[in-house]
Amino acid sequence: MKVLGISGSLRRDSHNTQLLRAAAELLPEGVELELWDGLKTVPPYDEDDDLAEAPAAVAELREAIASADAILFSTPEYNHSVPGQLKNALDWASRPLATSPLRNKPVAVVGASMGAFGAVWAQAELRKVLAAIGARVIEGEVAVGHAHQRFGEHGQLTDDDLREQLAEVVDGLDTVTRARDLLAA
Amino acid sequence: MTTLTQTQETLPTGTWREDPVHSHVGFEIGYAGGVFRGSFAPFEARLEVDGSGASILGEARADSVHVLDENLNAHLLAPDFFDVERTPLLRFESTEIRRSGNDVTVGGVLNLKGTAVPVELEGTIGDAAPSPSGGERLPLHLETTVDRRAFGIEWQMELPNGEPALAYDVKLSADLYLVKG
Repeated sequence: MKVLGISGSLRRDSHNTQLLRAAAELLPEGVELELWDGLKTVPPYDEDDDLAEAPAAVAELREAIASADAILFSTPEYNHSVPGQLKNALDWASRPLATSPLRNKPVAVVGASMGAFGAVWAQAELRKVLAAIGARVIEGEVAVGHAHQRFGEHGQLTDDDLREQLAEVVDGLDTVTRARDLLAA
Repeated sequence: MTTLTQTQETLPTGTWREDPVHSHVGFEIGYAGGVFRGSFAPFEARLEVDGSGASILGEARADSVHVLDENLNAHLLAPDFFDVERTPLLRFESTEIRRSGNDVTVGGVLNLKGTAVPVELEGTIGDAAPSPSGGERLPLHLETTVDRRAFGIEWQMELPNGEPALAYDVKLSADLYLVKG
């Protein structure tokens, strides 16, 4: 089973990208996580450009989503909400709504911020957006507050509770994805 | 002088099935201060009446839901609403049918989104009459109002004035023309 990791932050040393790497260390047997690094190349959504042949970066995003069994998002919080570039990428991926590769796709959302709350509002907004697109949003939240103090020198989460919550979210994603495979079989 | 009339309490014997062209199954729900309507087609409806009693069965595929906005239609199929990937069928099965004249009450179990909930439908029944396309046709109208949360359909969004966008009560109605088969 392949999980696609999408970080909502573009920064090279992003805490959210780090959180996805930490999740990769907690995966159940038989699950691999692939980080998607194309977010910065996605052009602004313009219906005039939303043609049968999508812009290359958009086609890559749609293909990456379609070929993954599940998606793990990690989002920072900008002004109490989802970073614009992540929302923009989802707007591209959502269209056309009836055939979006996100439809019924098991997805989970976690997040990190330097503040105390760990991007909880951005996570809630992202779950709402993903549900509206038709994804199967897994319950469970990991809010890594004070993110700059939460990772060890090898990128591991140093807080046991957070590590346990992250493992639970990843397990939930695995369980729901396997149930979906059984349904399709 | 008193005139006594007998109230009809029985249903016409036979197996009656939906006339798909002249029947309609739909829902109405309050949305943003107005009423939003949708329908299901095709669907199957069967009224079975014999010496031992009567029963009604209705079935539709969840992905047969139809509203006039394709984006909304796509959202209705998603896990937020009907979750058609997991629960592809909608079903009603009667447990009890009572008739008094033209009024009819049907108790039964409604299954939406994989959740079975007892409901009571009320409506009217007409007289079986010759159909223009041959055979006999029987008009039957049934409706009920359910709280969608009972079926785990809990989606909600706040309007700018703070009110919930979508009502929880949903009116379901079936306008059936049943043909004896």
